[in-house]
Formats: sequence, C-alpha cells, structure tokens
Amino acid sequence: MTPDLLPALPEILLAIGALALLMYGVFVGEKSIGTVTWGAVLLLVAAAIAVLAGPKLATTFGGAWVIDPFARFMKVLALGGSAVAVVLAARPSVADRYARFEYPVLVVLATVGMMMMISAGDLISLYLGLELQSLALYVLAAIDRDNLKSTEAGLKYFVLGALSSGLLLYGASLTYGFTGHTGFTDIAAYVKAHGASTGVVFGLVFILAGLTFKISAVPFHMWTPDVYEGSPTPITAFFASAPKVAAFALVIRVTAEAFGPAGHSWQQIIAFVALASMVLGAFAGIGQKNIKRLMAYSSIGHMGYALVGLAAGTAEGVQGVAIYLAIYVVTTLGTFAMILAMRRDGHPVEEIGDLAGLSRSRPLVAAGFALLLFSLAGIPPLAGFFGKLYVFMAAVHAGLIPLAILGVIASVIGAYYYIRIVKVIYFDEPVAGLDPLSIEQSVVFGVASLFVLVFIVFGNGLVTAADAAAKSLF
Amino acid sequence: MFTAIVFLPLLGFLIAAAMTLFPYPAAPVGAASGGHGDHGADAHAHASDAHSDDHGHGHDADHREAPFARPAELVTSGFLLIAALLSWVAFVQIGLAEHAATVKIAVLPWIHTAGLNVDWSLRIDTLTAVMLVVVTTVSALVHVYSIGYMSHDPDRPRFFAYLSLFTFAMLMLVTADNLVQMFFGWEGVGLASYLLIGFWFQKPSANAAAIKAFVVNRVGDFGFILGIFGVFWLFGSIDLDTIFASVGTMKGKEIVFLGGHVDAMTTLCLLLFLGAMGKSAQFLLHTWLPDAMEGPTPVSALIHAATMVTAGVFMVARLSPLFEQAPAALAVVTLVGAVTAFFAATVGLVQNDIKRVIAYSTCSQLGYMFVALGVGAYGPGIFHLFTHAFFKALLFLGAGSVIHAVSGEQDMRKMGGLGPHIKLTYALMIIGTLALTGVGLPMTEIGFAGYNSKDAIIEAAYVGDNIFASLAFGLLVIAALFTSFYSWRLIFLTFWGAPRAPKDVMDHVHESPSVMTVPLMVLALGAVIAGMVFSSVFIGHGYGEFWKGSIFTSGGNHVLEHMHHVPVAVKFAPFVAMLLGLGTAYVFYVAKPELPGQLAASQPGLYRFLLNKWYFDELYDFLFVKPAKAFGRFLWKEGDGRVIDGFGPDGVSARVVQITGRVVALQSGYLYHYAFAMLIGVALLATMVMFGGVR
Repeated sequence: MTPDLLPALPEILLAIGALALLMYGVFVGEKSIGTVTWGAVLLLVAAAIAVLAGPKLATTFGGAWVIDPFARFMKVLALGGSAVAVVLAARPSVADRYARFEYPVLVVLATVGMMMMISAGDLISLYLGLELQSLALYVLAAIDRDNLKSTEAGLKYFVLGALSSGLLLYGASLTYGFTGHTGFTDIAAYVKAHGASTGVVFGLVFILAGLTFKISAVPFHMWTPDVYEGSPTPITAFFASAPKVAAFALVIRVTAEAFGPAGHSWQQIIAFVALASMVLGAFAGIGQKNIKRLMAYSSIGHMGYALVGLAAGTAEGVQGVAIYLAIYVVTTLGTFAMILAMRRDGHPVEEIGDLAGLSRSRPLVAAGFALLLFSLAGIPPLAGFFGKLYVFMAAVHAGLIPLAILGVIASVIGAYYYIRIVKVIYFDEPVAGLDPLSIEQSVVFGVASLFVLVFIVFGNGLVTAADAAAKSLF
Repeated sequence: MFTAIVFLPLLGFLIAAAMTLFPYPAAPVGAASGGHGDHGADAHAHASDAHSDDHGHGHDADHREAPFARPAELVTSGFLLIAALLSWVAFVQIGLAEHAATVKIAVLPWIHTAGLNVDWSLRIDTLTAVMLVVVTTVSALVHVYSIGYMSHDPDRPRFFAYLSLFTFAMLMLVTADNLVQMFFGWEGVGLASYLLIGFWFQKPSANAAAIKAFVVNRVGDFGFILGIFGVFWLFGSIDLDTIFASVGTMKGKEIVFLGGHVDAMTTLCLLLFLGAMGKSAQFLLHTWLPDAMEGPTPVSALIHAATMVTAGVFMVARLSPLFEQAPAALAVVTLVGAVTAFFAATVGLVQNDIKRVIAYSTCSQLGYMFVALGVGAYGPGIFHLFTHAFFKALLFLGAGSVIHAVSGEQDMRKMGGLGPHIKLTYALMIIGTLALTGVGLPMTEIGFAGYNSKDAIIEAAYVGDNIFASLAFGLLVIAALFTSFYSWRLIFLTFWGAPRAPKDVMDHVHESPSVMTVPLMVLALGAVIAGMVFSSVFIGHGYGEFWKGSIFTSGGNHVLEHMHHVPVAVKFAPFVAMLLGLGTAYVFYVAKPELPGQLAASQPGLYRFLLNKWYFDELYDFLFVKPAKAFGRFLWKEGDGRVIDGFGPDGVSARVVQITGRVVALQSGYLYHYAFAMLIGVALLATMVMFGGVR
C-alpha cells in the first residue's frame, strides 16, 4: 500500500529543494551563496504556503504523520523563523568570512527535521525528525570552523546532544517495552486502559529529558550559553527561534497526545522544569556582559514561562504556549536583528556596554530596541506582557497558583537585565556609534518592534489561531 | 447670578493658571515693565532693596518677568470686581428683601452610593450672602491692591491665579449645602493658603511657615473630618437640611467615643469646633497664623485676616442648630475664644514686627467672635466677622503700604515719623485703628465699625448664661484695653516721633500709587460706616427678618434680648478700656518713650514670656516637632533604611547578585560538568515522579 504523500508535501518539497540547492552549490562553488540563500528563502516561503494550502486534518504513514491545526500553526511559525534566520545571515556571514552555501541548505534540512517533529505521531518519526534537525544544527554551530569558539560550541552541542538523544532513545525503548506501542494514540490508549506503570513513567521522564534538552530547559540547559555565545550570531538567532518552536511542539505532542492520560506525572515534571528555567533564566542573566550570552539565559527563561502554560495541561494552557511562542519568535528575531547590527567599523561587537548612548546616535533604533526589550521583560502594553498573561492565566485556572506567583516573581527579577540594557542605551555615557543597519536588519527589526507595539490592538488573529491549534490536541 | 459669583473666580484662576504655563522669556527683563506708567516713578526706590524680606524682591539675580502678567491681573481682578458687585446685589436680594427664601442651585451630582448622596449645589441664605459680600469685596480690593503691591514681582500670573483659586475655594465653603462640600472648600482654602504663604518659595522661612500652617491645620481638619463622619453616622446624611431637620431628636443621645459613652451632640460639636480652631487660629492651634505673615501682605489681608481665618466662625454659625443642642460644647467655645482673645492681645503688646502685631490682633478678634458664638449670640459674632473684615483688611493693606514706603522694612523699631511723609496711609491707618479699638459714643449706635460689633459681643458675654460667660466678659474687657494699647502703639511707633530708619530709606519714603490707595479708601469707608449702617439688621430690631432662620437660636436662648438691657457700666466698660489703652500707649510711646524699656527691664520674665508668645512655639517644638522628627528619623534610618531597604530592595538585590554569582559559577565550560548536570536532572525528575506521581 502506498502511503498518502499529500500531507507531507511541504516537507517533500523542502527536502528535494534542499538537495537541488546543494547540488547547485557544489557545482557552482562559493559564488553560489547569493542564489542559494534566496533560493532557500523562496523554498521556505513556498513550503509555508503549501502548509497553509494543504489539508487541515490528516494522518498518513500509518499514523506516524499527523496534520492538524496545531501542526499547521507551529510549522508556519518554524518556517517563518527559519526564513528570517537565512535572510539575517546573508550579509554578516559574508562580512565576517564564514559565508558558505551550505548554510542555507543546512537550515532548510533542519527545517525539514523540525516539520517532521511537529507532525510526529509516532516515537519513530519523532526521533527521525529530531535527529535530522539536530545533526544539521550541530554542523551549523561549528560553521565558522576557523573560529575556536564556534568549533567548541559545535562540539559541545554535538556531544551533549548525543547524550540527550541517548536519553530520549532509552525513554522511547522503555515506553515501547512497557506499552508495546510506538504510536502516540496507541500509547495513550494503553496508558488509559492500564494506568501509567513505573516503567512507562520512567520512559516518559527520559523522553522529556531528551526533548527539554532541545528547548534548553533547566536542568538540560547547560549547553545553551556556550553555544549561543560561540556560534556566529546569525546561527544563534536561528537557534533561538525555529528549533525552539519545533522542539516545544514536540514536547506538547508527546505530553498531550501520547501521555495525556498520565497527565499528573508529566505535569509535575513540566512544572518543575518550568520553575527551574524561569528562576535560572532570571538570575543567571543578571551576571552577563555579553549580549548573546544574555540572550541564551533569556531564552532559557522564556522557555520556562512557556512551559508554565503546558504545565496547566489544558487547552487554554496550550493556547497560551502557542501565543507565547509566536510572540517569542518575533521578538527574539527582532532582538537578534539588532544584535547583528551591533558592528563598529565593520567588526561585530557583543558587549552590552557597546550600546551605550545609542539613544543619541540613533534615537529611532534605540526606541525600537527598547520596545523589544520591554516586551521581553513582559511590560504592558507590549506583546510580551500578553504572552505571559495567557500562560499565567492558564496556570491560575488550572490551580497552579504557586507556580504562577513564582513565575511572576522570576519575571520581575528577569526584567532587571532587559531594563538594564535600556538604561545603558539611554543613560550611559555614549561610546563610539554603531554602523548603520542593513536593509534586511531594518525590516526585521522594524516589523518586530511594530509587532510588539500593536499586538494589543491587532493580536486577535493570532489568539484565534492559537485557540484553534490548542483545541485540536484536546 | 449666584453661579457667576462662585465660578468667576474659578474662571479667573484657570485663565491665570494657563498663563503661568507659558515659558519665561529667555532674556532678563528689568524690574519695572514698560506697561506700568504709574510705577515708573517709584521703581528707583526699589532698586536698592533687593534683599528685603517682603515685597517680592527675593529673586533679583534672575529677575525675569512672567509673560502675560498684565492680562492675568486684569482678568482675575476684573472677574472679582464683577463678582463683588453681584454679591452686593445678592446681599440686598437675600438679606434685605422682605420674603426671600433660601436659594438653592444644583450644580452637579457628585457622589452617589448606597447610603451616601452628595450633590454639589449652592445654598444661599442670609448667612451665605453676608459671607459672599465679605469674601468677594475684600478679595476684589486685594486683587486690585496687589496689582500695585506686587508690581515688581516676576511671578504675578501665579500670584493672581492663587488668589483667585483661594477666592473660589472660599466661596465653595460658604455656599456649601452639605458638609462634604464645605470640607472641599475648607481644604481648598487651606491649599491656597499654603501656596500663598509659600509664594516666595525661594525663602526658607516662607516654606517653613507654609508647612507649619498646613500641618497645624491638619490637626484641626482631623477633628473636623471626624466630626463629619460622626454626623453622618448619627444622622445618616451630611446634607445640612436633613441634619437640621432631625437635630432636635438627637439631644441627649450617647455614642461610644474613645471607649467611653459620651453625649453625642457634645462630642460631635467639639470635634467640629476643633476644625474651626485650626482654621481660625484659636488658642493652642494658633501658632501658624503669625508665621503665615511670611506671605505677601495682600495675602495676609485677604486670607489671614478677612476671610479664611473666619471660616471657623462661619462654620460654627452655619452649624448653629447642632451647637445649640450641645451647651457643654458652647461653653468650651466660649472659653477657647476668651482665652484666645486675651492671650493674643497680651502677645500683641510687645511684638515689634508690624504685620505680627496685626496678626495677633486678628487672632484676638477671632477669639471675640467665638465668645459671641459660644454664648449663643451668633448675630453679633457674624457681625463682628463682617466689620472686622473691613478694618482688619484695611490695617493689613495699610501696613503693606507702610512697608512699601519704607522699602520692605517690617520692624516698627526702625520706623517712626512716617506720618508726614505718607499722609494718606497714615489717615487710613488711623481709621482702621479707630475701628479696631471700637471708638464710638456709648449708649448710641454712632461709632466706627468695631464699636458696634465688639461692644455687642462684650455685652452678650456679660449676659451669657454658660459657665464661662463671666470669665469671658472679664477677659474680653481686658483684651479690649490691650487691643487699644497695641493698636495705638503701632500708630505711634510707626507714624509719630523721630524717624529711626536709615537716612537713605527715609529719603525714599513715598506714598503708594493710587491702585493701592483706592482699595484702602473703600475699605476705610466700610470701616467707618459698616457698623452703624448694618447694626440694626445684624443684631438689632431687624434681626429676625434679616437672618430668616439661617442661624438658629433655640427657644431658651435669650441672649440677644438681654444684651440690650445690660447695666450702663457694662456699656461703658469697653469704652473706658479703650481710653485707658490709648492713654497708656500715649504715655509710653509719645510722652515718655523711655518708659517701655524701663518696664521691660523691671519685669524681664514677663516681658520675655510675652515677647516669645508664651513660649508656645518652643513648647510645641519640644512636645511635638522634636519627637516627631526623632520618630521620623528613626523610621527613616531604622525602619526604612535598615528594615525595608535592608530586607527589601537592598537585601533582595544583594541576594540576587549572590545567587547570580553562584548560578553563573555553575557554568564552568567543562563538557563533563554539563553532562553530569543533565544526568543529575534526569535522576531528580525520575525520583520526583516515582515518589510524588505514580498513582
């Protein structure tokens, strides 16, 4: 029996496209970089259109491949994040001499992996997607191979990633061993019928350990600061956006679909991980001087806040997570556009202190950056506030009031380091000015700033889409 | 019409306030602006006295003129003049017409909640009409006078805005239809008073005086607001009509206050009277009034003599239906009034600052008014308020004119011999003094304004039937003697004898411009005739038809009847006291000028006691200010600094930094540390689920 390939059309499109771009790059050589970059962007956009135009609800490959509103929402988000990451990388990679045509190709391949993760309906497809994504990311981290920090980042990421894959696989095998199934629906049915035995729960713990590694949640976060700092900045921007969405979608799928009946078990794991991530993200960020490292802790914290919504274990919670992730991706990409623009005399600078006096040299950019930072800190009426509002509201409605309170406290502490950057921009003695933003950076940065500002007015569409996405899982 | 009276000052305030928003011109402009033709002549007189205390010369270094100063003063003064004219019309309509009823004008619904309905509406009866006349007339004259007096001040729009704000608040107070509205006006005048005392905010002493006035008034206002709460609790309403309608049933009721059962009406009235004591600077809460003289002199005339300080008197009269049910409270009012009248008069005997003498005189005269209220003679009390407004404003503005003439000097010891130089001011001050000391022909109604009203109070005190009435009578007669003495002392020291001022000051002595003297003349006219013209309606035969029940006297209150039938000796007592005071003052300061010094030297203790105002400031400083400061310092250093900052912001941020340091230290960079952390994490989670989760 031939499987129905239509639901996987975007992924197939991306995979073939990636191979074609690779061939083109191989034969044309380094000159091909521009064509490959924009070809990749085109591919990603085409895939997004294919996702939107494709079926709303479908399964194929014997239930291992699931299309539902949730998958569509997350896929569009991931594709958008990847496309922007490719665009943002175009100029700095050339300027800093690590531009390779493999970069866009690897991003596309990683994106194929992400989309498989998002659509996974089986432990096997889960692992396939995860590994496809991860292997591409390992290489990307080390793409500036002449740079010691970049190679160190790639190696660390690879070794720890391999460990996490091992944990994941061990968990998967435990689950299979105790339930006799790999399909999410079958596992759920078994757990519902027979209850969650210790073995199943252990399997769940190990699977979650492997997955939360990908979203850099505490205590599996240790790689994040080193990799974020070591990788070239466009790669960091990519790491911070699309893969987080995909991994998060996978966490939601595994918990809500496969282990839905064992909700009590995973909810407390998620709650613990969420709390630990929020607190560590808040505290550790304060000590940072390097803005990329700061963003690493920031993303740890943000994953914690998003997990709060999942810990609620309700459709409302998942809706909150979806909204949170969307806002997070946009804000993060905007912030990284600004970080990428931190260049002085053609060389990138990464210290927070380098932003001093930006308000005087570039008032508009400073204002936009301040908006993004305030949004990350969760200050109303900016988008970031609403993201937090939705997840905390879901937690409160689910009775997780202590978690919500601790989360709010953590966000207050975390607000410090975002606002400190604003302070540096506006009140510190100016240092030499930064180079002007490139067009792509201006566009991404401007759109993101505008997004966080007007979300309060126009955010309804996103909220509705997130609602539909969440409802498809419960 | 009534709405216009109340809201024209508000409009003036808003316009003038809007003008203060315009930035000052960048370049310094000369002290006398070009528009002041009538001032060009005396501008030179003020070039040399930039460091004087009063007079708006405090900020010579940066002497920039506010824009729109001239329009601001014209608009506010113009509006006030219109309001004053309308007030007199209202006075005739309400007070003197045959059958005019209380007018009520609804302005806005204000607070509507379950059980409490407060509407903003104007209540105009005879009592209000009298107050309207007093407030708008004096305010209008002070506005006009200030155009001249403040002509060298760069911040005139602000000054005139404050003056109009004050007037509006005062009008709110006197037109109040309920206690909340009255409290609104009450606080509004307090605010305006604070702003105006501290108008020259560059002067630390002015700031201190403003704060003192505000804080001391807080004590009284606390009582007032407790009284309002009590009234609401007892009557279920703060609407004046509702309260007055049911007040008869409340007599003898008891409430629990401070843990004891007390008579409800007495307690409420005493609390309300506490508010009156604060606002009207009565004994124990009087300390702010003399210090308030730090404000510009027109402010002293308007707020701290003629209008705001009489708010307490007005309030007690307005609430006379309540006070009539509380004889014990009225006795306290009598006692406090009599003691204030006596105390302030004694202090006034020895003060050297011309404005402070008048300030203590005000304090003393307010005491007279409260004695009248206390013995149930509300008519004479309000009558004295009415006449006092004219002659006290006259005295203050006259003093302002004197100060203006001698280049900002306020110490009478450095004046003397000014009479021939400023004849008009001298004559007007004499009129004010004659009115204040109550010169008139005993047994007739012919006399200066103070004669009719003050003697009526003394007579009422004689016939009053509460326990302190006789004491009050005695103290008031003695105070009348002292009043006469210190008033004439002021005249003699200022205008008579040899000049004691430096020669360069004497050379510059000049009469004030007509924009200042014309208001003085209007006030002088009031000081001469107000008593004679209005005595029959205020306290005489036209009493009932005039007041029309707007002040209440209970059935057993026959003071007004009896006061017309007192022994001749009583009628002559204040007259004799006045003559004695005049004679003594003449002997002390004209015939034998060395006598005061000898007397002071022979009675050093008494002299210092009086000179230091019975040591009240020192006592309060010791009793309240120092402990409060120490307590505040404790809360600041220990409470806020050590406890709140220590455990709060500072402590938390220190802990955060500490935790951050540790967390960051975990990030060692070693791969095996990271892997180890992951495995620990898995073990932790598995353990957690195993013990906490499996069901």
